[in-house]
Amino acid sequence: MVSEPMVEPLAAPAPRVPFDEPITDWRHRHLLDVDTLTREEILRVLSTASAMAEVLDRSVARTPALRGVTIFNLFYEASTRTRSSFELAGKILGADVINVSGSGSSVEKGESLVETLNTLSAVGADAVVMRHHASGAPWLAARTIEGHIINAGDGQHAHPTQALLDAYILLQEFGDLAGRKIVIVGDILHSRVARSNLWSLTTLGAEVTLVAPRPLIPASMAPGADEPEHPLALPSVRVESNLDEAIVGADAVMALRIQNERLRGKLLPSSAEYARRYQLTAERLALASRNAIVMHPGPMNEGVEIAVDVAHGPQSRIEAQVSAGLAVRMAVLFLLIRGGA
Amino acid sequence: MSRILVHGGRVIDPASGIDERLDLLIIDGRIAELGADLSAPAGSERLAALGLVVAPGFVDLHTHLREPGQEHKETIASGARAAARGGFTTICAMPNTEPAMDSAAIVDGVLQRAQGVDCRVLPIGAVSKGRLGRELTELAALREAGAVAVSDDGDAVADASLARRAFEYLSDLDIPLAEHCEDPAISQGGVMHDGAVSARLGLRGQPAAAELSIVQRDIALAEAAGAQFHACHISTEPALQTIADAQARGLHVTAEVTPHHLFLTHDVVAGSGDELLYDTNAKVNPPLRTDSDVQACIDALAAGVVDAVATDHAPHAAIDKQCEFDAAAFGISGLESAWGVVNSLVESGRLSLSDAIERLTIGPVRAWNLDRGALSGLGTLQVGAPADITLLSTDAVSRVQPASWASKGKNTPLAGRTLCGVVAATISQGRIVWDGREQ
Repeated sequence: MVSEPMVEPLAAPAPRVPFDEPITDWRHRHLLDVDTLTREEILRVLSTASAMAEVLDRSVARTPALRGVTIFNLFYEASTRTRSSFELAGKILGADVINVSGSGSSVEKGESLVETLNTLSAVGADAVVMRHHASGAPWLAARTIEGHIINAGDGQHAHPTQALLDAYILLQEFGDLAGRKIVIVGDILHSRVARSNLWSLTTLGAEVTLVAPRPLIPASMAPGADEPEHPLALPSVRVESNLDEAIVGADAVMALRIQNERLRGKLLPSSAEYARRYQLTAERLALASRNAIVMHPGPMNEGVEIAVDVAHGPQSRIEAQVSAGLAVRMAVLFLLIRGGA
Repeated sequence: MSRILVHGGRVIDPASGIDERLDLLIIDGRIAELGADLSAPAGSERLAALGLVVAPGFVDLHTHLREPGQEHKETIASGARAAARGGFTTICAMPNTEPAMDSAAIVDGVLQRAQGVDCRVLPIGAVSKGRLGRELTELAALREAGAVAVSDDGDAVADASLARRAFEYLSDLDIPLAEHCEDPAISQGGVMHDGAVSARLGLRGQPAAAELSIVQRDIALAEAAGAQFHACHISTEPALQTIADAQARGLHVTAEVTPHHLFLTHDVVAGSGDELLYDTNAKVNPPLRTDSDVQACIDALAAGVVDAVATDHAPHAAIDKQCEFDAAAFGISGLESAWGVVNSLVESGRLSLSDAIERLTIGPVRAWNLDRGALSGLGTLQVGAPADITLLSTDAVSRVQPASWASKGKNTPLAGRTLCGVVAATISQGRIVWDGREQ
């Protein structure tokens, strides 16, 4: 157990990343979503993450790549894995990391987001890692202050580092996603994980199918929607309401968290009915490809969207996702802050 | 005696069908004479209108003046100045003030505060006490105090039983119920149109069905009661079709559209740049919709299904918009860009110039039967009518620059755009209130 690497590097040998030298050719100042990243850029983040995984495997997992850099974690929503992994990522890279949460700060006294950001900027934030309950808040932040903005989840909109770590796991497993069938099942409507994954997975060539009962599908993605060809629309993918049909032959199944309050009869009839139709069970997983992997962004409602034995079974990569998150966030911080943009 | 001679312009008066080069003489606040080559009596002020259209002053059925209660956003005086610059000489003030205009005393107070401002202000009373949707206001007392319509605008009268009783009670009061057509049970706090853009941005959407639901309900209730249903700021194709069908059946159903719903789609929320904009200045209720909805609004306006262009002028302070999209206030400041938007439809051949002016003048006057008593002739240039006149350029282009507006509300997604059509001068009740020169 101890000898196992914390995060497995990608199969392809990672290019040497000179952590002590600035890089000049990363064109993005912020990471707001993955929709503006090209395939090559996504692969570059992931290969950098792979090099970071090697750092994590050292006896003393530290590198001074971001020494002298101040990073604020500005979290308006509760988070365990994302906040702690960003904090650890910054610290491993030698940055000063300061946590600011929505409670216990001026935010509770009614300070506006713009004012809070200006304050962080004034005290010397080089980068702000931001989670906010309002979709689009990081875009406002990027227009407000000079520092780098890293979106750690905005409302129901985007969660780019989750999508990147998911891509890391999938590439580790399959090497290449071209033509791979990936099923995302659950509360698509309210999911920033699903939205960001739609961009990165389609950019990497995967065939994505979204599965959910109709009330959990955005109206514009449902059959017969207005403006299917709208230039601002999400990537056009297969949308299904029947998991048993959609899962056949899948290479990966990603189950999404469904909030309990959405299962109490106003939006969906009941938790039991949801589980009956959409829970990722061993029987359903047997319909997928023999080597299919199971993913979940966490936190899980075991026994609702995913069966306990599946969540912890041999096909599950859920723990690996958490570990990969650390390497991916190190890569993101490094590329943005030392990247020259 | 005050006299003004407006000379050399192209007079367009849709009410009488006049469209020719004429002079117009104003004496003591009323139109005294309309004819070719009038000579100015001694002591007349002369207003040259060469190259301009001389039209009746615009009438806005839907303005938010914010006074009393939110004077940092707009006052009656600043809103009236904005109206004058936009060519409006009569504006109907919505009752979602603080407190709401739900009693004769508050209506009276607003009318007193409106004395001497740069345009005529006609109050709209609330349907329910405090606009809370629970109990009816004293509708007859509001009407006697001067309310020209009643509305809980900002919200629909969501309780169908209250709406039913309001229509019944209004049936012999001869004023419309101006409904904000949004079923809150369906819109559920949506902050923009429910469609491809809201899905992309992860913003909660209001489906078109939320508008249609109330339109259908109110047609049924108004028909049963024999009352007038006025549909405010209609924004979707199915609702317009339903209104057209009701009108074809002879029901007393009138409707308005806003300039922004004639001109902008939900795309502007996302913007056209590399990064998503989440433009809070494009956050408005009802939300900006799809292109086919915009085209349907234009078609319904041209066809006369829609009686009036109404601004839904909703001024806000900068801080109300410099925030997260979810937290931003709904509304667009619209008085000072309305003519540029409507005339752009004329420019692009979607609307005749005469119809454009009709929907801003006699159209709204007829919709609400405003030309009564002292307001006889309102919305026309007939002799004896109130001297409310606007001088319009139809070909001058100008950039929308909210910083130079008279309105305190600088909130518009049109900022920086170039529009065709400028209001050159405005005469309100015989007084030149705008001559194109900023002070």
